[in-house]
Amino acid sequence: MAAIHEHGTPGIELRVEALESLLIEKGLVNPTAVDAVIKYFERDVGPLNGATAVARSWLDSDYKARLCEDASSAFAELGITVRDNIIALENTTKEHNVVVCTLCSCYPWSVLGLPPTWYKAPAYRSRVVREPRKVLGEMGLKLPESVTIRVWDSSAEIRYMVVPQRPDGTGTMTEAELQALVTRDSMIGVAQATAPDAK
Amino acid sequence: MNRFHDLGGQHGYGFIELEPNEPVFHERWEGRVFGISLSVSGGEGINLDATRYRGERLDPISYFQNGYYGRWLAALELKLEEEGLLAHGELDQRLDGKLKPASSGPALPLPQQGSLLRGLHVIREVNESPAYVQGQAILTRNHQPAGHTRLPAYARLRRGVITRVHPAMVFPDTNAHGKGENPQYVYTVEFVGEELWGDSAEPETFVELDLFESYLIAA
Repeated sequence: MAAIHEHGTPGIELRVEALESLLIEKGLVNPTAVDAVIKYFERDVGPLNGATAVARSWLDSDYKARLCEDASSAFAELGITVRDNIIALENTTKEHNVVVCTLCSCYPWSVLGLPPTWYKAPAYRSRVVREPRKVLGEMGLKLPESVTIRVWDSSAEIRYMVVPQRPDGTGTMTEAELQALVTRDSMIGVAQATAPDAK
Repeated sequence: MNRFHDLGGQHGYGFIELEPNEPVFHERWEGRVFGISLSVSGGEGINLDATRYRGERLDPISYFQNGYYGRWLAALELKLEEEGLLAHGELDQRLDGKLKPASSGPALPLPQQGSLLRGLHVIREVNESPAYVQGQAILTRNHQPAGHTRLPAYARLRRGVITRVHPAMVFPDTNAHGKGENPQYVYTVEFVGEELWGDSAEPETFVELDLFESYLIAA
């Protein structure tokens, strides 16, 4: 994989600067608008949206049921507007869900923000549908064969978010403390939520 | 189209490389490409199916060499050329110093905040009822268009079970080519690992795909 530079070969920075300049001159791009898009996705949208719903679902089983039935409405209850067609998938001790987009890199932006590099790269996209147990094991999540794995390949405009299992030893935690345990990776399905003594 | 973007089940791409606490954009250029792509005006607007199809037509170097945002950059340049907004070679000439900057263009309005996560309103009302029902066994068709499709090659001619019936949605295979929305019902179809991967499948694994009605026939 020596020829692949996941974050660009030398010269690409200059190319993009030149492209942006050209487009500004042609009246096709407003650099302030570009700044606003970048800020929005760096700062205003991210996994906290998903974590908020997961933490609430750990505390309230009726909420969890609503989340898995109609995620848009359940998010709206928490004041989070979700514009994608989201479906929440509950992980249990017997059933583990994990999400991918093999054809490009579709991802539930509105509840998880932008995806990590590995999600969009050829290794994950090619392998997780074929050998999920092995891939998850390499990523640090070992699931025995007694756990059924479902890999959701996001081939249409439905977007999937995993509701990870609540870790043991969290019985007295506040909602905010629980939110902090819900990682982005656990909502993709490649990790469990963080165990309290791991922090 | 039968091409390398259709990565599901392919071998040889190595290990997943994790980076703890990675930034949203690793390099400045990535954010600029992303922001330009979402805010560029003129041309034919944003058609997500057409955008994906452009990503599928990139040469292999452009597709793989600069990662995910490298694909966005190459697809953006392709869009600008195809829609007549940028001349072929114009950017390279600018980089070579052969093209002097023009005076600034007109100031453009900023996009509305709420439009940044427009979401995709792809659900459409259709007169027909779904052809298939939850729980029904289906076979995927040997659908191999030269153009855009969302039926991965690994799932052609495979038996599965419908686990969910979704509303009708804009059909990518035609919409990507400007041939109309032609909405079709979408079905979540479950495939057992062995059906897709044969002897090498891991036990107790399934793949779920969201497939358009015309990709399926009753089994």
